[in-house]
Amino acid sequence: MTLVAGIVVGVGIAAWLGAQAFRNNVMFFFDPSQIAAGQAPQGERFRLGGMVEKGSVVKSEGSLDIRFLVTDFKHTVPVKYSGILPDLFREGQGVVAHGRLQNGTFVADEILAKHDEKYMPPEVAKSLKDNPPPPDAVPAPAGT
Amino acid sequence: MIPELGHFALILALVLSGAQAFFGIFGAARNDARWQAVVRPAVAGQFVLVSTSIGALVYAFVSFDFSVLYVASNSNSALPTFYRVAALWGAHEGSLLLWAWILASWTLAVAIASRNLPPSFASRVMGVLGLVSFGFLLFTVATSNPFERIIPAPADGRDLNPVLQDPALAIHPPMLYFGYVGFAVAFAFACAAMLEGKLDQVWARWTRPWTTIAWAFLSVGIALGSWWAYYELGWGGYWFWDPVENASFMPWLVGTALIHSLAATEKRGVFKSWTLLLAILAFSLSLLGTFLVRSGVLTSVHSFAADPTRGLFILGFLVIVVGGALALYAWRAPMLKSPAGFEPTAREAFLLYNNILLVAAAALVFVGTLAPLIADATGMAPISVGSPYYDVMFPLPMLPLFVLVSVGIHASWKRGQLGNSRRRIFAGLAIATLLGLTMVYVAYGPGKWLTPFGVVIGIWIIVSSLFDPIDRLRRRLTLSRAIIGMTVAHIGLGVCVLAISTVESYTMERDAAIAPGETLAFGRYAYRFDSIGEIEGPNYDGLRAEVTVLRDGAPVAVLHPERRNYWVQRSTLTEAGIASRWNTDMFVAVREHLGGNRWSVRVQMRPLIDWVWLAAGLMALGGVLAATDRRYRSQAAKEAVTAPGSAAAT
Repeated sequence: MTLVAGIVVGVGIAAWLGAQAFRNNVMFFFDPSQIAAGQAPQGERFRLGGMVEKGSVVKSEGSLDIRFLVTDFKHTVPVKYSGILPDLFREGQGVVAHGRLQNGTFVADEILAKHDEKYMPPEVAKSLKDNPPPPDAVPAPAGT
Repeated sequence: MIPELGHFALILALVLSGAQAFFGIFGAARNDARWQAVVRPAVAGQFVLVSTSIGALVYAFVSFDFSVLYVASNSNSALPTFYRVAALWGAHEGSLLLWAWILASWTLAVAIASRNLPPSFASRVMGVLGLVSFGFLLFTVATSNPFERIIPAPADGRDLNPVLQDPALAIHPPMLYFGYVGFAVAFAFACAAMLEGKLDQVWARWTRPWTTIAWAFLSVGIALGSWWAYYELGWGGYWFWDPVENASFMPWLVGTALIHSLAATEKRGVFKSWTLLLAILAFSLSLLGTFLVRSGVLTSVHSFAADPTRGLFILGFLVIVVGGALALYAWRAPMLKSPAGFEPTAREAFLLYNNILLVAAAALVFVGTLAPLIADATGMAPISVGSPYYDVMFPLPMLPLFVLVSVGIHASWKRGQLGNSRRRIFAGLAIATLLGLTMVYVAYGPGKWLTPFGVVIGIWIIVSSLFDPIDRLRRRLTLSRAIIGMTVAHIGLGVCVLAISTVESYTMERDAAIAPGETLAFGRYAYRFDSIGEIEGPNYDGLRAEVTVLRDGAPVAVLHPERRNYWVQRSTLTEAGIASRWNTDMFVAVREHLGGNRWSVRVQMRPLIDWVWLAAGLMALGGVLAATDRRYRSQAAKEAVTAPGSAAAT
């Protein structure tokens, strides 16, 4: 009996801790339009996804600092990052950034772009499907 | 002509697997010896046919037959021969064929090793395996034919994905599949026992070596994948909680629980229905892993194709296999009685705690891996679950588990009699505390708050595992392979805990912009960026840098990180420069030209990281030793039932 009670209590505590950890450590995804609508939380870490706007990448020579715009063809969000970029980070390609929103600028601590040329982050693909880009704006999103 | 032959052989194999399933299961049900006699030839025939099929595809790859769509998509005339063979499992269709071939090999091994099992039981085992094989072959033939032609044939192929052109990755999928598919054997044994309505300790003895060997393969497969991600993808770590890593880790966790619960079932006749459930669960998670990885629902380096019909087919297959097995379980399991009782400090009890904690750990991983998919499918806000979740959650079941290993290893069956082992428990803890704290505070310096616990527990597991074998040697008793194997595997676990605690606490890493001639200081170490120049390989060109690592000013290693541009797929790849020493890895990756003669580099020092993979190797070695113990061959033979033994290694 004691054993069963112990297991029940243990499982209960574990489930509660699990729910807490889950709530605190799950990251939500927002696209530029949602950010423009003020839906993204200030100061909390989340995922931003969209396309890297053509011609928007500004690097400062000889340093790791970089600025660029992420767009869903309705709105754009300025992104600031300092660090190593993934191999497939390109202008006009899909990107997902992890970071926080500070005074309208998204300060990224991690930039993701996968190794496959055809890769399109699924959230980005969905966001683009919901907000179709103007026909001449981009190469067709390669994600299939 | 040859590809059509391969395709035809595959269709014949599908027909034979159906015959194998039908005559195996119903031959046993009707107790018809003539029906059962069909099963073994069907197994042999299926093996020959699937081998012919896979041979035809290898031939198409080696002979540059670009009229085969799969070859054209995954090979190229500049691809070296070794990778042309490995390209076979470089994408979806070929890896399914490999899966089918490995299943045919396991089934053949069962057919050979089961000659002395009761005929109806052996027949049911092979029947269930036939059913699994039928599902996979049908999937391959109906949705993923690797022999599809492309007319007109392109002049050259689109090349193998460059990240897959690597020796460790060439053998990673076969190892992983030998593990996944090996759990199909444990699953088939479980289903056969339920169909027979009889499960005794002899059954557990037959099942154990197969399960342990499958588990050993899975351990090696996972470790190879992790190692590859470390040096080839330049991820620079050993585990990232990537959904695809998790997909292979869940069956491993449940498989680990299964081999321990089988031990209790064999020795004491307890946990019978629980063991069956774990066998079903381990294989179901293997199938789920395949579904997650192959259906394209997860985005990862592994998801080749996002073809919804394929995903639906595997999902349907999964539902049939899991649902069918669970229904059978619900019907039959209540008939199984576990007579023997035990005290809460007996070895049985510790194995039960082990099982509860391992299954809880698997459940945590399951939730983290599937939550984003469920959120997506139900139209909730898109979420992602990353390492912060696992960093908090995973130690919760694991730390108690490691402590219980160090204590429970001294418990005897039925009655724990831990009082008699009190000296061993406390002596072990004292030695581990002394060594561990010395290592943490003298050799490395204080790390995170969890570090001393992890290091001490890791050493405690190692020390605890050694008491019993040393005691037996002192008393001049022989050490069976089972005991040596168990000891080696538990030492592997201890090494793993120790190494992970060290890597997690004492890794130094930095991203920097640096020009040739400059030096990056890093504690006692410094990385000097000497030069960078152009190189050309068989199917790529690129840049190669030279970086010298200095320790206290004296050079200790020269690293050669590369940037490769693969011509055909036009993708750029980072090859990290890594030097391994027994106590640390020195790592440097060069990324991009920043202008002004400066380059972005990632520099890391990871103490003891190689020991994580070595630990997985130790666990696998332990598994192989335990599975080839004499008693599975000789003692069982005395009972006129030869258990499947070392033949499992194929």
